Amino acid sequence: MRRWLTEGFVLIIAAVVAFPLFWMVLSAFKPEDEIISADPVPWTTRPTLDSFTRALTVANFGRYFMNSIIVALIVVFLSILISFLAATALTRFRFRSRTTLLIMLLVVQMVPVEALTVPLFFLMRSVGDSVPVFGLNHLGSLVLVHLAFSLPFAIWMLRGFVAAVPVELEEAATLDGASRFRFLWQVLFPLVAPGLVATSVLSFIHAWNDFLFAKTFIISAVENQTLPLALQVFVKPDQNDWGAIMAGSTLMTIPVLIFFMLVQRRLVSGLAGAVKG
Amino acid sequence: MTAKGQGRTAFAYLAPALLILGGLLAYPIYQLVLISLYDYGQEQVSGGAPLEFLGLGNYRNLLGNQQFWGVLGQTVAFAAVCVVGTLLVGAFLAILATRVRTWVRMTLFLAALGAWSTPAVAGSTIWLFLFDANFGLVNEVLGTQGFSWTFDKWTAFGLVAAQVIWCSFPFVMVTLFAGIKAIPGEVLEAAALDGASAFRTAWSVTLPLLKPIILVVTIQSIIWDFKVFTQIYVMTNGGGIAGRNLVLNVYAYQQAFAASEYGLGAAIGVVMTVLLLGITMFYLRALRRSGEVL
Repeated sequence: MRRWLTEGFVLIIAAVVAFPLFWMVLSAFKPEDEIISADPVPWTTRPTLDSFTRALTVANFGRYFMNSIIVALIVVFLSILISFLAATALTRFRFRSRTTLLIMLLVVQMVPVEALTVPLFFLMRSVGDSVPVFGLNHLGSLVLVHLAFSLPFAIWMLRGFVAAVPVELEEAATLDGASRFRFLWQVLFPLVAPGLVATSVLSFIHAWNDFLFAKTFIISAVENQTLPLALQVFVKPDQNDWGAIMAGSTLMTIPVLIFFMLVQRRLVSGLAGAVKG
Repeated sequence: MTAKGQGRTAFAYLAPALLILGGLLAYPIYQLVLISLYDYGQEQVSGGAPLEFLGLGNYRNLLGNQQFWGVLGQTVAFAAVCVVGTLLVGAFLAILATRVRTWVRMTLFLAALGAWSTPAVAGSTIWLFLFDANFGLVNEVLGTQGFSWTFDKWTAFGLVAAQVIWCSFPFVMVTLFAGIKAIPGEVLEAAALDGASAFRTAWSVTLPLLKPIILVVTIQSIIWDFKVFTQIYVMTNGGGIAGRNLVLNVYAYQQAFAASEYGLGAAIGVVMTVLLLGITMFYLRALRRSGEVL
């Protein structure tokens, strides 16, 4: 009896927690008159894609969606490459400043990146003078900062995965005549893949969700906005097109949600540091 | 391979990472401190006026400013409410999750995963819509149509805190649940054999064993909730009417980019960094004292 009560209670809590997301998706599919009706109901008998059409055409969300995807994917791709090389160097080689570098990697993770908006703004401004693609108002500036923010953790985490690959494997590969380059990309890289999955999910979500830096860097180039920024611009006091806003929110949330669900298991095994040889 | 050769290869591998981290993390940190020492406004940026070195002038300015202390107090109070709320909800649900069947637990975790993965901007707009004065479901249910939740300072803060707790309790819940599951059954059986009540077992056995994990999630929450930006910015439209819903992070942004007081904005950034580094140091010390190895 008591367990039934507890379970009922837990299910109610789960419903409450999931409710905002349910309401978002529902409102995105509701026709406009049901959204602005004075007594909203938690269902709809006339689902429609009107709100999505408005969000994609009027607010140009398709463009911003692609911008967000481009930034996040480039960040993931580069951070995989760079952090893999750096993690290999920090685990497989012995050199003098190794410990210092490791400690610095830990320390920079504690700096609140939000505090760096002012210097990064000016840095991007001067970078833009010589290389416009990486300057203000361009997606390149976002790629650069998110790459920098995701690297310390990615390197730190991959270190464990690289260390878990036995050194004998490298010796065997060398005996078989594999070059260092081949060993790196054809033996070591596939073996640390679970760790790469975990770190890239985190970098992806970080870049995808960012609002502050997109707001600071993309000032006048409306065509280069990313989704979070576009969504915020779309929310106007007093005259909100809530249907389109909820459609935009849905478009922004669904990829992360699917991504999270798909890699959930691998993420857990990745975070636990399990490498199967 | 010789030691020298090792070092050379290692640095070749490290070069891209060092370049990015040096240029986009280390250099900006140095610049942040530097800018905070100057009078750096619109005229200086456009080159219309020479840079003026103020030394600690911006900091003196800040510490003598009533608004700064108000914002700092608000930030601490807001973070405290969010942290306590997140921990209580997370811990309560983690305990409940151990007492239900798997499918019920999976339902709860799935819902929590949804809240967890919702991007902050999207989450903020959903909550704004739910609490909208005219078309929001909450006003409809409560029968308070037309009541604006974001107008009053305290309801606005409460609403943002609720949203923050909604998207951050899952981390605490999942972590604590894993911690509770990791406690060996024999320990709890031994306590029961010795005649300990359920409450006594929880208080004297489970809680001490969970202490390291509780410490981790507490400090992690403090660090996160201390620098909330998106939710405050989106939900109170940039810090509320006349800036009454500002927290430190949004305040720094507004000073720098809305008021063009970049020097002052940088100084606030430094203050925030120092405060957070202090918390992190405390965290590391506490971790070491509880016998955790790094």
